[in-house]
Amino acid sequence: MNFVANFSDLKVVGTRPVRPDGIDKVTGKAMFGADLSMAGTLTGKVLRSPHAHARIVSIDASKALALPGVKAVVTAAGDFPEISSEEAAAGESPVNFRHMAHNVLARDKVLYEGHAVAAVAATTSAIADAAMALIDVTYEVLPFVIDVEAAMADGAPILHDDLVPSGMAAPGKPTNIAKRVEFKLGDAEAGLAEADVVVEGRYETTAVHQGYIEPHAVIASVNPDGQTQIFASSQGQFMIRQYVSKILNMDIANIRVTPAEIGGGFGGKTLVYLEPLAVALSRKAGKPVKMVMTRDEVFRSSGPTSGGVMTVKIGAKKDGTITGATIDIALQAGAFPGSPVAPACMCAFACYDLKNVRASGYDVVSNRSKIAAYRAPGAPISSFGVESAMDELATKLGMDALELRQKNAAKAGTKAAYGPVFPEIGFEQVLDAAKSHPHWSAPLGPNQGRGVATGFWFNIGGDSSASVFVNEDGTISVVSGSPDIGGSRASMAMMAAEVLGVPYEKVRPIVGDTAQIGITGMTGGSRVTFATGMATVQAAEKVVDELKKRAAMIWDISPEAVDWKDGEAVPAGANAGGFDPMPLAAIAAKAGKTGGPIGSEVSINAQGAGAGFGAHICDVEVDQETGHVKILRYTAVQDVGKAIHPSYVEGQIQGGAVQGIGWALNEEYLYDKNGRMDNSGFLDYRVPVASDLPMIEAVLVEVPNKRHPFGVRGVGEVPIIPPLAAVANAIKAATGVRMHSLPMSPPKIVAAIESGKG
Amino acid sequence: MSKIHVTTTVNGEPAEFLCEVQDSLLDVLRDQLHLTGSKEGCGSGDCGACSITLDGRLVCSCLVLGVEAEGKTIGTIEGLANGDELHPLQRKFLEHAALQCGFCTPGLLVATKALLDANPNPTETEARYWLAGNLCRCTGYDKIIRAVMDAAAEMRGEHA
Ligand code: FES
Ligand code: FES
Repeated sequence: MNFVANFSDLKVVGTRPVRPDGIDKVTGKAMFGADLSMAGTLTGKVLRSPHAHARIVSIDASKALALPGVKAVVTAAGDFPEISSEEAAAGESPVNFRHMAHNVLARDKVLYEGHAVAAVAATTSAIADAAMALIDVTYEVLPFVIDVEAAMADGAPILHDDLVPSGMAAPGKPTNIAKRVEFKLGDAEAGLAEADVVVEGRYETTAVHQGYIEPHAVIASVNPDGQTQIFASSQGQFMIRQYVSKILNMDIANIRVTPAEIGGGFGGKTLVYLEPLAVALSRKAGKPVKMVMTRDEVFRSSGPTSGGVMTVKIGAKKDGTITGATIDIALQAGAFPGSPVAPACMCAFACYDLKNVRASGYDVVSNRSKIAAYRAPGAPISSFGVESAMDELATKLGMDALELRQKNAAKAGTKAAYGPVFPEIGFEQVLDAAKSHPHWSAPLGPNQGRGVATGFWFNIGGDSSASVFVNEDGTISVVSGSPDIGGSRASMAMMAAEVLGVPYEKVRPIVGDTAQIGITGMTGGSRVTFATGMATVQAAEKVVDELKKRAAMIWDISPEAVDWKDGEAVPAGANAGGFDPMPLAAIAAKAGKTGGPIGSEVSINAQGAGAGFGAHICDVEVDQETGHVKILRYTAVQDVGKAIHPSYVEGQIQGGAVQGIGWALNEEYLYDKNGRMDNSGFLDYRVPVASDLPMIEAVLVEVPNKRHPFGVRGVGEVPIIPPLAAVANAIKAATGVRMHSLPMSPPKIVAAIESGKG
Repeated sequence: MSKIHVTTTVNGEPAEFLCEVQDSLLDVLRDQLHLTGSKEGCGSGDCGACSITLDGRLVCSCLVLGVEAEGKTIGTIEGLANGDELHPLQRKFLEHAALQCGFCTPGLLVATKALLDANPNPTETEARYWLAGNLCRCTGYDKIIRAVMDAAAEMRGEHA
């Protein structure tokens, strides 16, 4: 379908209907990962390392296996094949299956506290607990390293003896640096030398967790012939199928994964943790095995995203034109390579039209749990440094912070440092909307300050499948392969209804399991409404073509002489004949006589995702004595392309902004002196609560992405990027103190105010 | 050790179960009574996903023992709608798109119902503080608070 240029013709897209899965979710009927049980199900649990770094000398499970009720124990050495290093593209960053397997179950060494060592299946939860206590693991404890700079230093404890860094000269000795990346355009150093004003700063962020409220959960059942059923909460049923097949060396066709409802993921459910263990246990025990993480396990052993350190330099002429900019960043990968250092560098300056820019970074392993994707992986981290520095630059130049950004804004034709030339993008429109929003000029009181910051995310397309079926009565069934985390069933149904010209309520969407629909990439990268939406639209169009053919057959005219309008076949013109419109339901009723059931499945690799930009304005009040920061007002402006269901688009923006506010103010991983996480619960790892916040105003700017039939751009990731610096810049305005390190918790703010610097 | 027999009322219906002394009421509701609408997000009283009412009082069912329900009246998300008629709060949550993943939703609805039972006319600030024990990671709370305020107004008869 070509791009729909005239949005005023749209009848369903752009409205706000109730989501089709809504009633299940407000009545408690929706089945999440932990809600299913099967007859005879065993409880599976994971024995985890108490050490940050240790060699596994031996594992003796004989006492555990002798306990009545214990049905299986699995270990890496005994039950998992050793697999070679193999990388595969997955969502936004590549995965290495060997590393993934070693993360699921430690083989020779444990690399972080909470690293899985063995798994147990027993008839009750209490017996599984008792069995874990009876497994004898002998460790040789090794020195550990937690912080990124310490891990890069000479003489640091080495996690992987065989790690060979990419993107740099071989260091000639073991290292914790997995990779160096660099993106550049022009000559950044020469550009900085031309500047009238230069700002430079060092910024630091800590690891933060995705914090989905639903812990990881799975139930797996393996038959003696190898056929395996998995019911799990994740961001991709096909991802689970592929990863389990790789890790356990199974035929993909033997694995059927049914997506449970997912209680939040934000990138953290794009990996497997429990699934291979549950399958291995079920295979051994001959019974279904259910495993659910505790919150403590979620914090210690899954996620989070990287913390990092960076130095940012930006130089500009007196009129605000940026002449050169650099960022040097090092990110924690956790125990295995794979921090989002590449996207952190790629996004760092992508908001600006720069001739001379360089972004370089290191991916560094240390004895922390392996990081997982988190909403716009890497971008919020580099943006914290860059957008804080932009604020410093505006101050030094005596310029309005938004004007400085307008002066340098990326637009159609801008070449980004990471390669592409932007097609039509909406950043200038976003900045204009922010500037003219009443929030930007509203008065402030004492101890109050206002900050602004911007953000960029690529958004992605990729593999998606959808099918559209016409039922006997003319109602429509839609199946897609994308787990619905926040309203995607609704948007699929809306797009199909729009194309078919039928009411939204006549279209019922489901999320298919891996045997019901073609391969579909994960729900992530802000890709579902774009890519799976495109597959749905194409499938609906094929159905329309078929409906027109059937009407032509009934009327005995040529299919080209039939048009489709508002859910009815109509003669294309006076020459076609004087037939009354034939509604979809009438064609459906005759389908058996005109060639059989009508339906279509489409599998595509969607290209042409539209980049997203946002600008957030934040007002804070800082209590100078306690250092407490109150968010008074928050406005998030974003180019969304076209909002299919504006309420869920606003919801993405509001939710992303609040996660960013939590990252800015409260959230952090704390480690004790033994390298063990110190705050693995929601009491001590404090995510934002309702009373911390005002309303979050989402302002939707719509500059359509013409590569999608309805103009969609991804929206889910951009909103988590600007808040870190927007809050920091507001705190600077309120207190005069620049905070260089996250989180900006009360004790740090008090200390900064007292010493006069952040 | 032998199990303990407990007699209660759940969502207006008599209910009995057998449990170990250490079983939480949340586990009993989910695993024995198959009322899986109440969720476990933390098991330590910090997220509110397991919110229920016990003799009308809002509690985290993960912090209550199954045996403590003896002779008490339990209210869960499964009892909020009146047959096939949604409670105004459920309707307003849907109309306002106050849920994304929906995992926090049962707990938030039960907690909000308890709020409006205690205070039919809360200010926005009162609603925010009452619900501060119910974590939602998806929505940023904006649409939840709007749904709560709108439902409260409707229940007070302020909508035409
Ligand atoms: S599960 Fe009870 S408060 Fe979180
Ligand atoms: S809607 Fe996902 S946690 Fe609230």
